[in-house]
Amino acid sequence: MILPRPRMRRLSGFGFVTDSDSYTFEPESLEELAEVFRFATENGRKIVLRGAGKSYGDAAILAEEIAIDLCKLNSCQIDAESGIATVGCGATIGDLWQASLPLGFWPPVVPGTMFPTIGGVLAMNIHGKNAFSVGTLGEHVQEMTVLFADCSIRKLSPKDDEFHVIISSAGLLACIFEAKIKLKKVNSGILDVSAVVCKSWDEQFAAFEANQANADYMVSWVNAFGAEANSGRGLFHSAKHCKEARPDLLEVDNQVLPSRILGLIPKSQVWKFLKKLNSQRGIRFLNKAKFLASKTSKRHEFRQSLVAFSFLLDYVPGWEKSYSPGGFIQFQCFVPDASARELFPRLIQMQQQAGLTNFLTVMKRHRSDSFLLSHGVDGFSLAMDFKVTSSNWKSLQELCWAMNDAVLDAGGKFYLAKDSTLRTQDIERWLGTEKLSEFRKWKKLLDPNLLFDSCLARRTKLFGEV
Amino acid sequence: MKPKKAIIVGGSSGLGAELAWMLAIDGCKVAIIGRSFEKLNRACLSNPEMISAYEHDVRQIQDVPQLFEEICRDLGGLDLIIYVAGVMPEVAADEFDTSKDRDMIETNFLGCVAWLNEAARRFQDVGAGTIVGIGSVAGDRGRHAQPVYNASKAAMATYLEALRNRLSRQGIKVVTIKPGPIATPMTAHLDQSKMMSAETAAKLILKKMNRGGEHYLKPTHWLIFLIIRHIPSPIFRRLRL
Repeated sequence: MILPRPRMRRLSGFGFVTDSDSYTFEPESLEELAEVFRFATENGRKIVLRGAGKSYGDAAILAEEIAIDLCKLNSCQIDAESGIATVGCGATIGDLWQASLPLGFWPPVVPGTMFPTIGGVLAMNIHGKNAFSVGTLGEHVQEMTVLFADCSIRKLSPKDDEFHVIISSAGLLACIFEAKIKLKKVNSGILDVSAVVCKSWDEQFAAFEANQANADYMVSWVNAFGAEANSGRGLFHSAKHCKEARPDLLEVDNQVLPSRILGLIPKSQVWKFLKKLNSQRGIRFLNKAKFLASKTSKRHEFRQSLVAFSFLLDYVPGWEKSYSPGGFIQFQCFVPDASARELFPRLIQMQQQAGLTNFLTVMKRHRSDSFLLSHGVDGFSLAMDFKVTSSNWKSLQELCWAMNDAVLDAGGKFYLAKDSTLRTQDIERWLGTEKLSEFRKWKKLLDPNLLFDSCLARRTKLFGEV
Repeated sequence: MKPKKAIIVGGSSGLGAELAWMLAIDGCKVAIIGRSFEKLNRACLSNPEMISAYEHDVRQIQDVPQLFEEICRDLGGLDLIIYVAGVMPEVAADEFDTSKDRDMIETNFLGCVAWLNEAARRFQDVGAGTIVGIGSVAGDRGRHAQPVYNASKAAMATYLEALRNRLSRQGIKVVTIKPGPIATPMTAHLDQSKMMSAETAAKLILKKMNRGGEHYLKPTHWLIFLIIRHIPSPIFRRLRL
């Protein structure tokens, strides 16, 4: 097989803070994928596996090496009887729900956007707004076909040790080529949503506790600009799958997000408006307006389509461009229940004191899981988006390092899909000697020549001193 | 945007070494390329953390693709390439030495094409980058003293203009710099007392390269050479310039 001349492409993460140029291949079959592995090995090149490039930081980039864009490996088949989807690593979450919903199934776990690929979401072992009850996506995989660095192919099930290592290892041990995922049966494409205004952190935590037993999904927005008595105020949402059978709403056409706001303003242009407001003052105003609107709104119980509730990040297409030219990073930490109540207000306070308050804060409830580099914890997560500029990057890094220390002191964890600021010592403290040694042992066993690599792995020295 | 990773072909001494030093103190990782290992090492000493050296003779164009790839890998990317390498041997008024001429064409033009083609292909693929060629006012007209030096610099200017026309729509800057005489080792055999220093020239080049296009380093040069370029050939022949 003759590979086409690789094209050099400038690739970045979703937050486009860091980018790098790589020789990019776009294989269309398992054979072509294996051929790229052989080509890289013979030419002494490293490989970074890349899906849709939706990891926020530098997990899917690698300067001057080979980037494999897996998006063309996008097969997607649903068994309507068993509700098991067989999905190629390049198929997106959007491809999956669009194929499964008309048959009455919904992916068991979805992220806040439908554009990540299956290979990417399994490599990162994503969670959704239902993480507290169903865990991470890896827990719903029944089998996966994996291509290893030596070009051997194996099918792995949850009984295999490698299964729990490769899922969550950020594409650094092997390539997940295909996965069989058990889908969730749904009667309709709608959710009964309940919104609760929270005036403090205590009310936030209480809302999660009160709804944990009955809700299918829970998520809360926090206004990070609230200080002292106003700290923690925000809007909590819980949702349950509607029991009423509505086959009409299982149709994809009835799930599509509206393309215009109020039927007038094209959403594709909204990011330009957001860009004008994308400053500490502008976002403070937007946060305040959102909180006031939620307080005065009478709409506390309503129905929403699965797509509209699940993929909030897709509501305004290209919103991430409003952070240009410097881009943005997301800091997401996962903290045990016992320490979250003290830590979350402190993290916000640290940002306010540094004059670097984040622009969007989202809180979720989680549970722990058995994957090696798991971020799952029996507790809460706080995700925060920070605007990056050439003048604030240094102080923002210092703030994030200080927050890393605070999270680790509280027994917290991190999530490689979101990370941009973990240092070697942070990785060592997060994973601990035992887990880190186990990861490195697997790396040596499955990929002894260190074929798979990424800027994130190099930044954090995840493989140790090489 | 400040460049973060740069290659300077002909960076071991003179103007190239000055450019490397200035880019490095501004936080840019620089790879300098030159023929003399000793001169390269000396140039690196000014900032060994940011400047790395590669021994190469630009006339060996067959080695360029591999070396270019190796340097980009070592730098971790590439934003800027500056082609400074050039030779201007003494040529007597009645001398026609093909061996000297070939050396000038290979160093001043062919080497330039070999290196900048590699950069052009890469920048075209990624849709970003800056290419700078250090030409000369000597390329504006065919003058009696240096027929092939003039021709090599004219060829370089035309090649750079064509690159600019090809690549500018893709967000790539192609810059032609036409300095007058600069006090460097290349002009050591001439009277350097009235020449611009390499330091001043390097500062002006780094300032002007952000704008793209073709630049003289002094406004007076621009005016003088505007006139010179428009002097009819029969008159220019008699001026003995």
